[in-house]
Amino acid sequence: MAEQTSAVARYGHGSRIPGWDDSVDLGKDPAVVPDPATTPVPDALRAEIEASMAKYPEFRSATIPALHAAQAVHGWCSPEAIEQVACVMRLTPGYVTAVATFYDMFETKPVGRQRVYVCTNISCSLRGGKEMLAAVEAAADGDPDFNVRGFECLGACDIAPMASVNGEFVGPLELADAEQLIADLREGREVLPDKQLSRRACADPGANPNG
Amino acid sequence: MADKLLFDRIDEPGLDTIEVYQRRGGYESLKQALRMTPEEVLQNLLDSGLRGRGGAGFAMGKKVSFLPRGGMDKYLVCNADESEPGTFKDRELMQKSPHMLIEGMIIAAYAAGANRSFIYIRGEYELQAMKLEAALIEARQAGFLGDDILGSGHSQTLVLHRGAGAYICGEETGLLDSLEGKRGNPRLKPPFPANQGLYQGPTLINNVETLATVPHIIKMTGTEYAKLGVENSAGTKLISISGNVQRPGNYEIELGMKARDIIYGLAGGPEPGREIKFWFPGGSSSPVLKPEDLELGYDFDSMAKAGSMLGSGAIIVVDDSNSVVDVALTLAKFYRHESCGKCTPCREGTNWTVKMLQRIHDGDATPMDLDIIASVQDQIMGNCLCVLGDAMAMPLSSMVAKFRDEFEQYIEEARERAGLGAAPDPSPIEIAGAAA
Repeated sequence: MAEQTSAVARYGHGSRIPGWDDSVDLGKDPAVVPDPATTPVPDALRAEIEASMAKYPEFRSATIPALHAAQAVHGWCSPEAIEQVACVMRLTPGYVTAVATFYDMFETKPVGRQRVYVCTNISCSLRGGKEMLAAVEAAADGDPDFNVRGFECLGACDIAPMASVNGEFVGPLELADAEQLIADLREGREVLPDKQLSRRACADPGANPNG
Repeated sequence: MADKLLFDRIDEPGLDTIEVYQRRGGYESLKQALRMTPEEVLQNLLDSGLRGRGGAGFAMGKKVSFLPRGGMDKYLVCNADESEPGTFKDRELMQKSPHMLIEGMIIAAYAAGANRSFIYIRGEYELQAMKLEAALIEARQAGFLGDDILGSGHSQTLVLHRGAGAYICGEETGLLDSLEGKRGNPRLKPPFPANQGLYQGPTLINNVETLATVPHIIKMTGTEYAKLGVENSAGTKLISISGNVQRPGNYEIELGMKARDIIYGLAGGPEPGREIKFWFPGGSSSPVLKPEDLELGYDFDSMAKAGSMLGSGAIIVVDDSNSVVDVALTLAKFYRHESCGKCTPCREGTNWTVKMLQRIHDGDATPMDLDIIASVQDQIMGNCLCVLGDAMAMPLSSMVAKFRDEFEQYIEEARERAGLGAAPDPSPIEIAGAAA
């Protein structure tokens, strides 16, 4: 489940300020399924969502693929992105929001274009994952173009500490790689090519007897 | 050991294409299976003694046999949501040999009578999803998927579904809800997925490695496969070794291999001058074992006897440079983050465990907190719809029980650092479930 993104208003001693969970406007009805006549959806996005819906026995299964597609267009799951998914899939924006907020990869706030997920889970933290995250954050230095976040286990503990850079797994990282990683992204170069997981051979010596 | 099955020449260039895979004898097992009756294929799976490789270790053949017979829509779902910390075996398999998984899925679906199949792959595995998608297109073109496959009368569709980052979707019913387009909340069992699973239809769910083993079982027959490994733990297993070892990575072993030979022999052991403090034998959810347990054989029964489990086959080694408190805190934070929030013991228990460990870390704790931590774990276990809460409670309580001295010493030192002085005398209050 995604970390609570909207901070709960609290007093200094920690308890919640009354009213933090009041609904914005009780007199208002929940949002209904958006009207296709008044909800513009980019043609390519509509086609992609409809193709996803056609793949499943029940169209609703396409909610996650549709959100992936909408996020790719809008950069995050903005209210507009949610509206468009809801409109094409004939679901309420509330339903789509509920799904989007459950999953870590869906951004519920605007974020930078360059995704850098640094793993801080157990195997990576045993080899300096948390320090690595701090180093990458320092290297990005608050640049709004970057979305640097600590992430739970990404399934590449063999190259710990590691990061997923726009989907490309790189590791094992050293603290000095942080600057290079950010610089590669800024310059539009391939990121740390010699540390990419996709080029790595299996560790088991018996798997490739002839080398 | 025996020759590699799953990892045989895994880095051969082009193995992810159908040409190379077929040149090496790929899809021959499928042709062989389709010449048999589904019952014969199922018998081979039963004979093989293959146990699920995802974590629970349930007999695969038996699981297939639970599906009702008949002509209704039946589903096969491959669980490729590999999110258990320390586990990364399926990633390598899907990336380098995607057709092995696809072939296994077609054979398993044939045995189970399933006509619709899905691969639920975690969203972070983007490269692996691309490789699988390309392989699926090739398999469809070659006529291995679709209607009346190779004239056998068996029809099957296979859809690749990408998740979006949630540990809970590796739990089978959470996965099904997520695949249906909902939040990934686990369901109450029974009904079990074999009766009411995906879209309320009969569903077989298996891990990537389990399904990828199926073609090898058909090739060598179930009874031959059963001769590999040891009693109750047949076959070879991919293990992921990570943490404080010199050669982390995936290795294929025959089950029953001595744990010391795996950690020291294959993975090179900890860095020179370091000693193993403890190790997780089956992912971060398994109770920790100490160095003296290294003499055990690595198989389902031996690990269970030692009070832990084989789980997903992910060994995480922690050396003596790390504090047990820091590892416990990292773990607890992970489970707090991933708890879906449906069941109170897990949602609240993971949260309070983090708070208590943070207190220890900050120097605010007393030894009584250890009893409260143990008590909270005790009240999580067995009280939720799924085992996510248990997955924190099991390793956490084993750490507190086995390293209580270190926890107490840490508490004292942290209090010194925080300037609070010695802890007050232990509380006379008795705490339910506290470790004695």
